[in-house]
Amino acid sequence: MELHFDQELVQVRESLLRLSALAEQSVAKALKALVQRDAALAKQVDADDTTLDQLEMEIDERCIELIALRQPKARDLRLLVMTMRIATELERIGDQAVNIAHRAEELNKEPQLKPLVDIPRMAEVSQGMIRDALTAFVYAKPDLARQVIQRDTEVDQLNRQLHRELTSFVIEDPHTITRSLNLMGVSHNMERIADHVTNIAEEIVYLYEGRDIRHHHG
Amino acid sequence: MTLRRKTLDWSGLAFTAGTGAATFMILLMLAIILGNIIWNGAAQMSLRFIFGGTSEGMFDPQRAGIFPMIFGTAALVFLMTIGVVPVGVATAIYLNEYARKQSTLTRVIRAAINNLAGVPSIVFGLFGLGFFVQFVGGGIDRLLFNGHLHYAKPALVWAAATMAALTLPVMIVATEEALRAVPHGLREASLALGATKLETVFKVVLPQALPGILTGAILAIGRGAGEVAPIMFTGVAYYLAHLPKGVTDQFMHLGYHVFVLSTQSPDIERTKPILFGTVLVLLVLTFLLNLSAVLVRARLRAGRVAG
Amino acid sequence: MSEPIFQIRNLNFWYGKAQALYNVTVPIAPKRTTALIGPSGCGKTTLLRCLNRMNDLIEHAHAEGEVTLHGQDIYAPTVDVVELRKRVGMVFQKSNPFPKSVFDNVAYGLRTQGITKLGVLEDHVERSLRRAALWDEVKDRLDTNALGLSGGQQQRLCIARAIAVEPEVLLMDEPCSALDPIATAKIEELIQDLERFYTMIIVTHNMQQAARVSDFTAFFYLGKLIEFDDTKKIFTNPAMKQTEDYITGRFG
Repeated sequence: MELHFDQELVQVRESLLRLSALAEQSVAKALKALVQRDAALAKQVDADDTTLDQLEMEIDERCIELIALRQPKARDLRLLVMTMRIATELERIGDQAVNIAHRAEELNKEPQLKPLVDIPRMAEVSQGMIRDALTAFVYAKPDLARQVIQRDTEVDQLNRQLHRELTSFVIEDPHTITRSLNLMGVSHNMERIADHVTNIAEEIVYLYEGRDIRHHHG
Repeated sequence: MTLRRKTLDWSGLAFTAGTGAATFMILLMLAIILGNIIWNGAAQMSLRFIFGGTSEGMFDPQRAGIFPMIFGTAALVFLMTIGVVPVGVATAIYLNEYARKQSTLTRVIRAAINNLAGVPSIVFGLFGLGFFVQFVGGGIDRLLFNGHLHYAKPALVWAAATMAALTLPVMIVATEEALRAVPHGLREASLALGATKLETVFKVVLPQALPGILTGAILAIGRGAGEVAPIMFTGVAYYLAHLPKGVTDQFMHLGYHVFVLSTQSPDIERTKPILFGTVLVLLVLTFLLNLSAVLVRARLRAGRVAG
Repeated sequence: MSEPIFQIRNLNFWYGKAQALYNVTVPIAPKRTTALIGPSGCGKTTLLRCLNRMNDLIEHAHAEGEVTLHGQDIYAPTVDVVELRKRVGMVFQKSNPFPKSVFDNVAYGLRTQGITKLGVLEDHVERSLRRAALWDEVKDRLDTNALGLSGGQQQRLCIARAIAVEPEVLLMDEPCSALDPIATAKIEELIQDLERFYTMIIVTHNMQQAARVSDFTAFFYLGKLIEFDDTKKIFTNPAMKQTEDYITGRFG
């Protein structure tokens, strides 16, 4: 039986997809601002974040309303609760993108320290993770979500690798410390983004299987 | 703790035995009465008896015919019914649907009905004589016929009116029961749809109450066929040479004929077969009347519940 | 809220000497669903039955105050109650179809209005049954007795019957309390569908139902209106503590 509630749930899912698209865009823009040393683009990321925050609050409010008014059970309940959690993670991803944009602006004040290899690679993996997590959400594929979780390891490795590399730069030439710290910061932000996507993936598994795999990765 | 019964249920057994015995006794008495009547009256049954007239000799078992009595009884019951049913149903509708439950008028009406139910039938006969025959009949004669005697005498119409008055309480009570049995929700549904009270009564309540109203009519008919005292002064005749031609004529009656045969017969032993025959016909007639009404009611009920 | 269709102002109501409603003031929004909730005996059904003057049927019951429909006081002595009830329909707690055929049930209100042409009746009956989400289930048995339908079907039939006369407002007195959960769900969906056409006012002792189907909610207690607001607000953040206690089940 088709319910009026079903339409409302569809609208909530669409809102979440919009939020996720905005987060993805912010990450892409922030990265582009960094690689292409584009200050204007960096400022855009900052401005866009307001929209992102707004949408997250709307989604939260709507989910609470629907829980109060519709007394959802089972999958409907998990959908609404997980939507709120995923929205939070996406908003934080947006915040990390803003951090990256700020660091990009800082880095633009000095000449480029080294060709960027690892960070774009981390971004590529993270963006892939986001896209796959999205697919898993839309098409109800919890196993795809599980795969996403595993890719987090690669991002962690890249982060550690870059950290070592930048440390050695600083030891060789202390004048590079500002740029190195900033780059380490960006790397750290990317790693956090990947962590947030991992959380999203765990939440997607819970949504579709009812199994809480946080802290176990089962 | 065991669930097995420890002792026999003595009081339960005694009760069952007692009520069973009472039922048996009643059935036994009924069987004896019916048996006696059928035994003694069956021999009298013949086409001549049932369809023949009285001109040949009322007290001669070989020649007596009781058709005029059958006709008179049927005519009386018919007229009584068309008198009592509309009045009784209308009164019951007023009391149950329109009247305010606690008003003085309502209480007076109800008291009147209750008292009316307790009046002995012979008193009804006297009432019929004084009111219907002399007062109403006399009034009609004065108004319409310049005093010539047309209505101010014992007649079929007055006997029917008297019987209607007698059976009115039964009709009202039975109809009220039937009306009360109609769920209040149906009335509310009708009114909430924008129907008037009148429409509600006629389109919803009455159709639903119809079986109950028929029951009332059956009970009334049953009494009407059997009562003798009220018609003695108001219309029945000991002997008529012909059938009643109009409502102002007198009539003969099965129940009254039984009375006549028991008290006026020149030779009781000889006329005994006629007596039993008459009683048998009266019982069969009553039975058939009741049966047909029950069947109609059953068909109404069945049509209601099924598709 | 746009101009209310019903405006109840300072309504007091008595059953004989017992007062059941105290100074109730509440607006009813057009083409929306308003729910009246509260514990047993709080006056919600009394208020509902004032709106189509069904309380007139009760001896010694009387109302004081103002109840206006499109600005007209429905308790004015010049008001034709029969007309009022054609514009304000009602569905009862216990479904009460007439012991007639399905068709005759739905056509009843139309016939009392004087519509007798069979073709016209058939059109109206079909439209009402479709709107009440019952057509598919009864279209082949329009001549069968309505009492042969299931409980949920009977209630939907009563809804079809009520909307056949095209009322502006539909009053529903605990329409699901005698039904099983599946039948209840069907009727709740129906109520949300019908909002397009009619203003609905529903009394329910099941506050979750009020949350599910209504746009506005009025909470009553002991004959007084405690709070009236958007349903969203009442169920996420009510203003009065009494309302919150009732909603969270901490009453009594």
